[in-house]
Amino acid sequence: MDQAKSMVDKKGASRPFHVNNGQSQRGVNGHVAVAANGSCCSGGGGGSAFGSSTGPGGSSGGGGCTFDSMHYLHRGDDAECNGSPAKRCRLRRRTESVRRSRPPFPWFGMDIGGTLVKLVYFEPVDITAEEEQEEVENLKSIRRYLTSNVAYGKTGVRDVHLELRNLTMCGRTGNLHFIRFPTQAMPRFIQMGRDKNFSSLHTTLCATGGGAYKFENDFRSMADLELLKLDELDCLIRGLLYVDRVSFNGHPECYYFQNPADTESCVKKPCTLEDPFPMLLVNIGSGVSILAVYSENDYKRVTGTSLGGGTFLGLCCLLTGCETFEEALEMASKGDSTNVDKLVKDIYGGDYERFGLQGSAVASSFGHMMSQDKRDSISKEDLARATLVTITNNIGSIARMCAVNEKIERVVFVGNFLRINTVSMKLLAYAMDFWSKGQLRALFLEHEGYFGAVGALMELLKTTEDP
Amino acid sequence: MDKSITLPPDEIFRNLENAKRFAIDIGGSLTKLAYYSTVQHKVAKVRSFEQNAELYEISEQEEVTARLHFIKFENAYIETCLDFIRDHLVNTGTKVIKATGGGAHKFKELIERKLGLKVDKEDEMTCLIRGCNFVLRNIPHEAFVYAKHADSEFRFQTTHPDIFPYLLVNIGSGVSIVKVESEDKFERIGGSSIGGGTFWGLGALLTKTKRFDELLQLASKGQHASVDMLVRDIYGGSYGSLGLTGDLIASSFGKSATADKGFSKEDMAKSLLHMISNDIGQLACLYAKLHNLSRVYFGGFFIRGHPVTMHTITYSINFFTKGEVQALFLRHEGYLGAIGAFLKGAEEDNPNQYSWGENYAGSSGLMSVSPEMNPMQRARSGTFDMLEMDRLERQLVNLPLLQDPSSYIPDTMDLTEDALAREYWLSCFEEALDGVVKRAVASQPDIPEAIERSEKFRQKYRHKLQTLRQQPFAYGSLTVRSLLDTREHCLNEFNFPDPYSKIKQRENDMALRYYQKAVKSLEQLSWEQRQFALVRGVLAGNVFDWGAKAVSDVLESDPEFGFDEAKRHSLRPALLLQGPPHKCALFFVDNSGVDIILGVMPFVRELLSRGTEVVLASNSGPALNDVTNGELQILTERIAAMDPVIQAGLRDDRLTLVQSGSSSPCLDLSRLDKVLAMVVRERQTDLVIIEGMGRALHTNYYARLSCESLKTAVIKNSWLAERLGGKLFSVVFKYEVPPGKPSQEDSSAPSTPS
Repeated sequence: MDQAKSMVDKKGASRPFHVNNGQSQRGVNGHVAVAANGSCCSGGGGGSAFGSSTGPGGSSGGGGCTFDSMHYLHRGDDAECNGSPAKRCRLRRRTESVRRSRPPFPWFGMDIGGTLVKLVYFEPVDITAEEEQEEVENLKSIRRYLTSNVAYGKTGVRDVHLELRNLTMCGRTGNLHFIRFPTQAMPRFIQMGRDKNFSSLHTTLCATGGGAYKFENDFRSMADLELLKLDELDCLIRGLLYVDRVSFNGHPECYYFQNPADTESCVKKPCTLEDPFPMLLVNIGSGVSILAVYSENDYKRVTGTSLGGGTFLGLCCLLTGCETFEEALEMASKGDSTNVDKLVKDIYGGDYERFGLQGSAVASSFGHMMSQDKRDSISKEDLARATLVTITNNIGSIARMCAVNEKIERVVFVGNFLRINTVSMKLLAYAMDFWSKGQLRALFLEHEGYFGAVGALMELLKTTEDP
Repeated sequence: MDKSITLPPDEIFRNLENAKRFAIDIGGSLTKLAYYSTVQHKVAKVRSFEQNAELYEISEQEEVTARLHFIKFENAYIETCLDFIRDHLVNTGTKVIKATGGGAHKFKELIERKLGLKVDKEDEMTCLIRGCNFVLRNIPHEAFVYAKHADSEFRFQTTHPDIFPYLLVNIGSGVSIVKVESEDKFERIGGSSIGGGTFWGLGALLTKTKRFDELLQLASKGQHASVDMLVRDIYGGSYGSLGLTGDLIASSFGKSATADKGFSKEDMAKSLLHMISNDIGQLACLYAKLHNLSRVYFGGFFIRGHPVTMHTITYSINFFTKGEVQALFLRHEGYLGAIGAFLKGAEEDNPNQYSWGENYAGSSGLMSVSPEMNPMQRARSGTFDMLEMDRLERQLVNLPLLQDPSSYIPDTMDLTEDALAREYWLSCFEEALDGVVKRAVASQPDIPEAIERSEKFRQKYRHKLQTLRQQPFAYGSLTVRSLLDTREHCLNEFNFPDPYSKIKQRENDMALRYYQKAVKSLEQLSWEQRQFALVRGVLAGNVFDWGAKAVSDVLESDPEFGFDEAKRHSLRPALLLQGPPHKCALFFVDNSGVDIILGVMPFVRELLSRGTEVVLASNSGPALNDVTNGELQILTERIAAMDPVIQAGLRDDRLTLVQSGSSSPCLDLSRLDKVLAMVVRERQTDLVIIEGMGRALHTNYYARLSCESLKTAVIKNSWLAERLGGKLFSVVFKYEVPPGKPSQEDSSAPSTPS
């Protein structure tokens, strides 16, 4: 993997991020192009995953709700209300920030999907003493709260292992934090925004995903916050390309699986997206969107499917009584899907040679469950595994067909369905390799489900540049 | 389940005595049995004698023809059926039975023991494709699109003369997607493990409902929006920039992960049905696009005539191709495997060398086993469904002069889609039934049991009419032609091969006596007058038609209703034979007697005199009082003896008689005798004349030909006349010149009706 290594070195030389003012970030094809093939049912495709993580301890003990625990951090800072010299000074700095083509802090990017809200937060680490002093209290408290906890309420989680450190954005150095919580908790999140008088910060809240539209009115009426709504696919691509460009703290963002056909020797290998175009981008959230990306601004949504992560979790909950994604995956990891699925050999006694089908191929997902006896004797783990395999293989199959139809050899899988889901990733890697006889390669990215939120943040940094 | 049913031998497993070459396709719940048998039935023959008082001799002879029988029944009856077959099988030399389908293995031992035949397994997919090719090639209106909310849910399709290439998506427990390029060349290009088995298995787990049919029932009552996460659940509305509407499913079962677990069985079944149908539809579209195929047929137990799944698959295909590809279904989809297995076993007989025709009299028709579709279950045969295919004597092909064979639709009116017309014609045929029965009995005066047979015929045909009232789509598009053909099939079924033979004979004889006189009077006219008279003669002759009730009423009551009388009804002739003579005219003739002898023959004579060759196409077998090829041979010889022009025409091979290949009062130009097509091509035919209500009005009125054509008929039905805005005995005279060809005359197409 010399090639990959050299790439790592190259990226190690941290490239500061500069927004290119002259280039339109939103190309003509930006968000309209839909494949002739039909756009499917995947509104949620862009951003969604599985919430309900109970998180490892953290500060969740006190607060009953997501982000409720932020209460104690705020002490009703009314500094904005008087015309003190301090305030004038702060206003001056803010104006200055804007003049220097930089939005005022805090810098957030938000992706509100069907199942999960993804939030990225830029924590400046180059704050001068003067800045520190002038920082309004609630801004400071937000920073401290977010960066000193790894869990928020019962369901909010900060993915510490994904943190991007010492990033330069808009001339500022800082760390990028990755936080997620279930979309169900959105009303409480908005409530908190109101309680903390978030609107007084005069920041622009950049949001993408379906929820940006769904909750727009709630933000306005409940928290006096105006969302800057962004297209989820634009954000996804922009965020993905950015994270890949800045690299994962000096390591490649991208990886693949070597020897996908062999479970023993199948290993994760880092690689590079050096020349990323064209790529087929498969975003697996609650549903699935499949995009053909030709450049940062030129892409089309080829199709989508409603059989996505939401289907896996939904069916698992109904079939096994489990409640969380983690639980479902845990069960799946212990199960055997061949007790549930009917294989080619179950029907033909071996391979179906006339059509070159291996005996071990699945002929009918859940096919054994047509029989009462087998239904009565099946384990929950087997059912969870079969659900996972069925959904994953189906996505692989559609993705592969799209790649062939679009004549694209590189297939990049993202989205929170793949979080802690090695089973699916290996299945996808194998499916791409096997059915294309090695022509197609499945690629994966470390920040799986966060690219939409990153893209939204970048929009924030861009908008203030516009005169 | 009641396994000890009594099987009525004259309805199910017919003609078992002579059965040979068995094949069986055993699926998950239904067994399909196929066998080849010979059928002995009467045919009418005419023979000419030199010294005889009568014009020709009519005889009814026994003839043996080949027929394929296919029977579909529930697996529960398999043992009863095998016993029945063993008991009734008389003289078969068969040693093996071809078998296919998932259950063939399971029942192998039973079959071998019961029938003493060796079970010879055939590849399932190969059988399926063979069967599919066979039905597409031999059964017009085999394929249909399904439109749930349309007036007629079934829209039957004209089969393209070249049935290849196509995509067959077989949805069994899994899905196989097969690209078929020719009879022997096909390839499984893809598939999916998410199929009927997934619906069934997963559905049973989720709803605790065991049977597939019950699951479909549940699904048809459910609301998927409570279980699925829709675009509007995520966006609050539509995702406008991508054109995704709010009610699209973003994530199947997406709500069952978060909401309370209290979902109704119906809602979950519905969600599952949508999920699976959409997924299959999407994959089918991706494969169709990749291989550039636009004809996609769906089959397998998931489809098998279930309106629910046909609807969801249709919806999915529409969605993913934006309407560019239509999901096609097959009337005999359930039989494909059995047909294919049979064909594999019958290869030495070369079944694909022949043309086959569906025997309406012995076939159950679409949806016969679906109780909710058929409130009046056929009394004795229970859930048995049958298909019979007759081997036709002649191989049938397209008329080479059709402008666009792929869009040619023979029938003028689709009664499946026109409820008013359907009601009229069904009643019309019901009312005419007494007369037909009477005529049938009269045609066999010396056979005492004819009355009994005629009553059986009455029952059979009345039952068919009742079925068609309930299920107009049972045999494809319901048309006047299919009603007429069904009647002919039922008459044949009960050995009334030619009820009109005596009448035809008498009228031919009578008309021949006037021939010379008629020709002489025509010759005395000026050229222009003669042209008028000739056209008028054809039309006048066409009034004589026992097939039309209005006319037969007059003919029955007024024996004096003669040629001169009829001529007065015909008006508005037009000039056709101006300009340079045609190279060759193809004339599809209609009735016996006055029509052919005094109407058509003088016209033929004129054509020959102008230097135009003439091909006279008449029916191969009898239908009503239409002149058959056999009769026309004799009549032409008689006329030739009187008329040097006709004689010279025959001698110089400038007047040719050919068979149409049909035994119908109507005409399907896409199923004509191969010899006819050859002659038409060889002679460079440049004029086609189609005569009579059945051939030029009920069918072919809108047919477009690549050469000049004349469609002419007298409307002998007041309802139809009224519908077309005319009166009884109005005239249709439709002269058409194909685009790009110079008209032979200025005033083309004066036309309908006067």
